[in-house]
Amino acid sequence: MSLKHDIEFKLNGITRRVAVDVSMNALAMLRDVIGLTGTKYGCGEGECGACTIQVDGVSLNSCLMFAVDCDGRNVTTIEGLANDSKADALRSAFVEHGAVQCGFCTPGMIMQADHLLRSGCGGDAGSIKRGIEGNLCRCTGYKKIIDAIASVSGAPS
Amino acid sequence: MTELKHYFAPTSLDQAVECLKDGDVTILAGGTDLTPQSQAGRLKIKQTLMNIRHIPQLSGITLEGKEIRIGALTTITEIMEHPLIRERLPVLVVACDHFASDQIRNAGTIGGNICNASPAGDMLIPLLVLDACVELASMPENKIYRHCMPLSTFFVGPGKTRKSLCELVTSVRIPLPAEGHVAHFYKHGTRPALDISTISIGVAGTFRDGTLSNVRVAFGAVAPTPVRASQTEQALEGQRLDEATIEKIAQIARDEVKPIDDVRATAWYRKEMIHNITKRILSHVAQA
Repeated sequence: MSLKHDIEFKLNGITRRVAVDVSMNALAMLRDVIGLTGTKYGCGEGECGACTIQVDGVSLNSCLMFAVDCDGRNVTTIEGLANDSKADALRSAFVEHGAVQCGFCTPGMIMQADHLLRSGCGGDAGSIKRGIEGNLCRCTGYKKIIDAIASVSGAPS
Repeated sequence: MTELKHYFAPTSLDQAVECLKDGDVTILAGGTDLTPQSQAGRLKIKQTLMNIRHIPQLSGITLEGKEIRIGALTTITEIMEHPLIRERLPVLVVACDHFASDQIRNAGTIGGNICNASPAGDMLIPLLVLDACVELASMPENKIYRHCMPLSTFFVGPGKTRKSLCELVTSVRIPLPAEGHVAHFYKHGTRPALDISTISIGVAGTFRDGTLSNVRVAFGAVAPTPVRASQTEQALEGQRLDEATIEKIAQIARDEVKPIDDVRATAWYRKEMIHNITKRILSHVAQA
């Protein structure tokens, strides 16, 4: 029997109580225990950024975080941005710029881009490129993603 | 082998070091290394998993006398953005900027980077040339015992340090650099982000009237641990940095390191890089 631990945390604004395996990562908890499958499993070792979520206002890889470490914290996933006007502009920009092909990297890209815009990233192409270094996209070649983020950053392109 | 039986998230340093007394404890901080290592089965979590996140004494960056104290739980992003670090220890900011990705910098901690003891650990090289000390806490009797160990003696092998199983790294302490202090860090990899160094170099010292003194040189990814380069340091000490001297020093640096061939580079390539980058850094110091 694997060791379980009860945790309580805010998930997308709602307090959740969950019993999780102590050795489980936050990504597995979100997808397999809670059933929020918007956060994607790509590499499982922090290289691809598909599992990016926000915890206490910063972005991080949910595959590199123990689920128990969510205890007492404020967690936002892609589902939590569904009714957020700032994220809505970002989402529309991704559509308008054709920044989505297969779509697998998109939730992670949006979570990271949202974090960048909120944390006062310069908004120019250079800062955006640096900001999404931890997110891999194998389809678009990044240009359209960078254009999409830049279009809502307010910085001159 | 013992199974994972307990999860413990202490809220004070006392509780944490007391828990460490029995020694069969895996410490969780940022989790950016522990999570993938344990998920992949490369590392087995001990009987107790102790999450140190809720211990206030392990956070924060403060000026204490003539030292800057960085709490073990401080993330790489927090170091990179802190005004005191930006002003007084800009070489650390350079290393932070080359550290993994934004997501990992937001979670990974300085204490974790030190305790992982990777020969290629990004923060370790600048910390070595800044004469950093690691502060350790334990509870041999019923009271917390703290002591400091120079980082230059802390590492003993890949993933191995002189920290005992009963000790917790609480902070890293860095003496405030004196006037005229210069420090440089260079990391070479195949891409700027998310890459493990092929080699990394740190050089620091006091630069006055064209000569470098109190020299510190450290290399990453050329030995089983991050290393200070004592021969290179001695050869540099008090030297005027003209072109011929710089070339001579770069050759001494190349001859001093004993790297290995691995997936990232051959030993030959690493030695050449040590030569070339040492030369580049010293030329940069001389021209400043």
